[in-house]
Amino acid sequence: MHNNPILRISTKILFAPIILFGLYVQFHGDFGPGGGFQAGVIVASAFILYSLVFGIEAGKKLFPLNVNLILLAFGGILYGGVGIVSMILGDEFLAYNILGSSPQSGQHIGILLVEFGVGLTVSNVMIALFNAFASYDKIKEK
Amino acid sequence: MISELLINAFLVTIMLSIAIALIKTRTIIFTVILTSAYSLVAALMFITLDAVDVAFTEASVGAGISTILFLAAMAYLPKKEEESISSEFIPALSCIILGGILIWCSFDLPEIGQLTAPVHQHIAPEYIKGSKEDIGIPNIVTSVLASYRGYDTFGETIVVFTAGVAVLALLEKKNSAKKNKSQPKQKIRKNA
Repeated sequence: MHNNPILRISTKILFAPIILFGLYVQFHGDFGPGGGFQAGVIVASAFILYSLVFGIEAGKKLFPLNVNLILLAFGGILYGGVGIVSMILGDEFLAYNILGSSPQSGQHIGILLVEFGVGLTVSNVMIALFNAFASYDKIKEK
Repeated sequence: MISELLINAFLVTIMLSIAIALIKTRTIIFTVILTSAYSLVAALMFITLDAVDVAFTEASVGAGISTILFLAAMAYLPKKEEESISSEFIPALSCIILGGILIWCSFDLPEIGQLTAPVHQHIAPEYIKGSKEDIGIPNIVTSVLASYRGYDTFGETIVVFTAGVAVLALLEKKNSAKKNKSQPKQKIRKNA
């Protein structure tokens, strides 16, 4: 697929809008359908598309493997961390009321952070799985 | 009412024909693609039930990313499924009996959207009221998912994380075992 100009150019055009749409779904989840799970998958699909068209090595250069693995764990830590911070501030685990100046703004901050954690974990798990399968293939061919 | 019935009949017919095609096909790539199509029709069905968030998830996860991952995994499978030798009579019979029981039970279900249904009596009214007052978010699904049921979503995230790490560990082990055989040590460190 590396030499097909239609695929290459359309991937280059589509890459940024896909990520933009993912971010929209991520942060618009409070007001419309969407949230961390869907947004994570959409963002991951942009990187997977890139890897499919330009090759797995180019994909790894764009989004290095160690960054991928760190972010994969960081999503879960962020989610749990929000809960622990609210515990330290004197509320219950994952009760967001205390995070902001008013209970409502606390809830907004909490939900935003928690959904971001979900999105990070989901997108990076998907990218990592795709990379693992694709690299496995290459070694098998040798 | 009539249009809703028509849409539902249309979707169910497509779903049924995809399911029958899925049973008949023995080529793995067609199985993957048909599963993806099935997910897409299921997403449309969720939209007719006004469950937009679920439909969104089904379309992006079921029809989108899982198809790509199946295709990536498909490279290690034989191109065609093996014909089964054992008799198909007993599995078919058990499927028909189970399906019959489920259809029979479905007559006792309350009508969709009925306010007096038990599921709308328990805790849902509190969530619907509280989502506006306590949390101030228009999308009730998000407030239930991330705040009222934050523990469950935390569990889900950890499940996704654990599943991903487990698959990575399995594949990584085989990768490095093969590398050890074919390549000198320096390259392992570079790639790891």
